[in-house]
Amino acid sequence: MRKPWPIPAGYILTIACILFLTTAALSDIAIGRRLAGELSTFSSKMVLLVPCIFILIGLLDAWIPQTWIERHIGEGSGLRGALYVTLLAMFQGGPLYGAFPTAHLLQKKGCSKRNVFLYLGAFSSLKIPMTLFEVSFLGWRFALIRAAIALPVFILIAEIMAVFATDPESRLDT
Amino acid sequence: MPKDMILISVTLVALAASAAIDRKRTMRGLKSGYRMLVRLLPQFLLLLILVSAFLTVVPQEVLVEFLGRQSGVVAPLAAAVLGSIALIPGPIAYPLAGALHQSGVSTTAVAVLVTTLMMVGVLTFPVEKEYFGARTACLRNLLSFVGALIIGLLVGVVM
Repeated sequence: MRKPWPIPAGYILTIACILFLTTAALSDIAIGRRLAGELSTFSSKMVLLVPCIFILIGLLDAWIPQTWIERHIGEGSGLRGALYVTLLAMFQGGPLYGAFPTAHLLQKKGCSKRNVFLYLGAFSSLKIPMTLFEVSFLGWRFALIRAAIALPVFILIAEIMAVFATDPESRLDT
Repeated sequence: MPKDMILISVTLVALAASAAIDRKRTMRGLKSGYRMLVRLLPQFLLLLILVSAFLTVVPQEVLVEFLGRQSGVVAPLAAAVLGSIALIPGPIAYPLAGALHQSGVSTTAVAVLVTTLMMVGVLTFPVEKEYFGARTACLRNLLSFVGALIIGLLVGVVM
């Protein structure tokens, strides 16, 4: 396991950013105001989404027994396991970075690597809420054809990842 | 945004149901969720600042306009690079993709753009790496990039 930096890069960058914004505000630099605008748009969304995601992950962690995951979507769970993770992904929403915590949790609890990466693939493109958007702006034909072509590609990617991905790292667990 | 409201209500309902059934277990879940959040906070801050800085320097409208001017083989490739870097949420991305399609951007390029936007994340790499390690995250993004190009080409052929 790698030794963590004394201060994570994220914090250093945050301080640098605050300093920059303060300087920009004091000396009236236009780009500072634009950056502040983008920051507030994006962070107003994250402030709501991120805590929700982690509350749900924590609850999943506490409620879903490891044995269930191992039996149904673990190694050797076959087609049914793949179907389960695809369905799980389809009924979720939000950006992909919100799915990493769930994927990691599944992996930690014994979900097979193949199914973890199939989950991420399905999450990225087969979510039902997003498909509704896709249908309304690009049409049924486009959405269905893209989904039908994407699924086998995701399965292939998951197979390759299952061979080459490193084992789950435990540095996120306390 | 109504989509955010759904996530918030689902969270609240799940939390209430969980607490009603087993308060101790709920507390344990909240604690583990909180620990994970604290661990990842620097990465989320990094993501927040990188994305905002990127959008400040290169506004999304400029990117999309750029894509609209490309043609031939360059268009899907430009769409792939653009989709990998940009972080446009679905409710905005699909109307944009629809507009691009109508203004003459090829089906292949549009499919590539939509797929890479969702699958490949250069800016979210710092977060992904924390969960799966740099090597795995890198591999997943590379494979997804190639996969998106294949998906786009096939969609273009079939449509």
